[in-house]
Amino acid sequence: MSGNWSLYIIILTVVNILGCFWIIRWTAKKKTAEEAKQGDTTGHTWDGDLQEFNNPLPRWWLWLFYITIVFAGIYLALYPGLGDYAGKWEWDQESQYKQEMAAADKKYGPLYAAYAEKPIEQLAKDKKAMASGQRLFLNYCATCHGSDAGGAIGFPNLSDKDWLYGGSGDQIKTSILDGRVGAMPALGAGLTPERLDAITAYVLKLSGREADAKQVEVGKAVYSELACFACHGQDGKGNATNGFPNLTDNVWLYGGSPGQIKETLQKGRMGNMPAHREFLGEQKAHLLAAYVYSLSN
Amino acid sequence: MSHEKVETNVGLLAILVILVISIGGLVEIVPLFFLKETTEPVKGLKPYTALQLEGRDVYIREGCYLCHSQMIRPFRAETERYGHYSVAGEFVYDHPFQWGSKRTGPDLARVGGRYSDDWHRVHLTNPRLVVPESNMPGFPWLEENKLTGESTPDKLKAMRTLGVPYTDEDIAGATAAVKDKTEMDAIIAYLQVLGTSIKAGR
Ligand code: HEC
Ligand code: HEC
Ligand code: HEC
Repeated sequence: MSGNWSLYIIILTVVNILGCFWIIRWTAKKKTAEEAKQGDTTGHTWDGDLQEFNNPLPRWWLWLFYITIVFAGIYLALYPGLGDYAGKWEWDQESQYKQEMAAADKKYGPLYAAYAEKPIEQLAKDKKAMASGQRLFLNYCATCHGSDAGGAIGFPNLSDKDWLYGGSGDQIKTSILDGRVGAMPALGAGLTPERLDAITAYVLKLSGREADAKQVEVGKAVYSELACFACHGQDGKGNATNGFPNLTDNVWLYGGSPGQIKETLQKGRMGNMPAHREFLGEQKAHLLAAYVYSLSN
Repeated sequence: MSHEKVETNVGLLAILVILVISIGGLVEIVPLFFLKETTEPVKGLKPYTALQLEGRDVYIREGCYLCHSQMIRPFRAETERYGHYSVAGEFVYDHPFQWGSKRTGPDLARVGGRYSDDWHRVHLTNPRLVVPESNMPGFPWLEENKLTGESTPDKLKAMRTLGVPYTDEDIAGATAAVKDKTEMDAIIAYLQVLGTSIKAGR
């Protein structure tokens, strides 16, 4: 704060407090001889006989005013309030925040450090750690993956054994720290409605459901022609570490109804798991990975 | 002077009352208009793009601020959940700022980058599709309403009058930048930039 503003604040504050003091003294002063002569009223009369009394403030009330002034004096001596003057206790919210953080680090730091040393698979068996892990999950992850980790359309279920990017502790941790992007290209305009129906039938068949045999036949050819196998594999089993979903397990990220499958194929999909390295840091991600791992193991 | 003089003279009484009640503002508010800490943008703060600015207007129109604050206080409980506490320099291009004071939902000051665009799209259309416990209302019409961009240049100009450093090119290109985008696109663009000028980690 520049010196001028500091001075401006100090002067206004001090003058204001002194002004309050003066007003209290002035209203509480003894009556002059002339006022005493008028008796206890101010001499104002309304409506014939309605008079205004001129009694002093009750003592306790007067004292409340004095106490607030004393309070202001003590407060301004100890805490920042008078411009640049930091106060005797040099309190400010930033250092209070730092203290709070330091106290928490002292309490939780060793705990997290101990967790970080344990391999994820082992940490997942630690009940106390998992209780913390659940809290973190609810705080940071539940909005997308659900509070029971059961997922939603477009947001994978983390409580089953069906993985897009691998279910080992380290793979899960990488998913959390660096994020994941799954890109399923849109086939949109390239597909005639008949061919779309056919490939949809084939995908349904792949997942073990009923579909028109003729359409499946055509769909199979389309599957090769459009090189679906490049990502989902010849057999449709995908790749459980690269984010290419298995199409044969009847577990769906974007829903398994014919309509939903058609939408996937026409518009493409772009699942995006944001990276959490910067926001959460290594240690929390480690604990979270263990929690996610514990859900299906 | 006796108090009779004050009590029977309305003009004098009004002046004295105004003087007394303005001291607080003169001490606590007025200096903030002139201090560096509150008037200089933090490093890396960019003015909202035309689309983000339109999104901000949708945010205000829909009353998101009635349930969401944009002000992370310097307490551990808040920074653990939301990221670095808010600082004054982040809001110098916000006219008016959206700090708010009611938190039915979480603070949004640093929601930028926390979720994917897809998540926002689903969540704003019907929050219960992704957060079954949510009591936030859905805003499905945002996906249908298209922006025309007619008044966008005027909005940028108004902001420039208030000190936001938009260039002439920004203003000339404003209509084209938002035309035919949906209000959903705009509000997501706005949400995705919130709080990103300061690193979000604690
Ligand atoms: C470039 C690689 C690639 C190609 C080629 C590809 N896909 Fe995909 N597909 C993906 C990815 C990645 C996903 C997961 C998207 C996500 O995670 O958001 C996916 C998702 C899907 C899904 C949704 C799965 C679910 O669980 O909901 C279906 C169905 C699908 N693909 C079918 C096909 C078919 C049929 C073809 C060929 C016409 C094809 N894909 C071509 C990469 C590909
Ligand atoms: C913006 C919503 C969002 C948030 C927040 C989010 N995730 Fe995800 N997550 C996703 C999406 C979407 C995918 C799937 C990516 C894809 O389709 O390729 C995913 C994938 C994953 C995977 C890989 C799943 C697999 O099958 O391999 C793990 C593990 C995971 N998330 C854990 C977490 C944890 C732990 C958190 C909390 C720190 C979290 N996620 C927060 C959206 C989110
Ligand atoms: C009636 C109060 C209410 C209104 C109005 C409201 N929200 Fe929400 N919002 C919530 C609640 C409660 C949550 C937490 C549950 C959830 O995630 O849906 C939330 C969550 C969110 C989140 C996720 C934040 C996080 O960190 O998890 C975003 C983003 C959001 N709202 C944006 C908006 C926008 C944009 C608007 C205006 C179009 C809006 N909200 C209007 C109550 C509201």
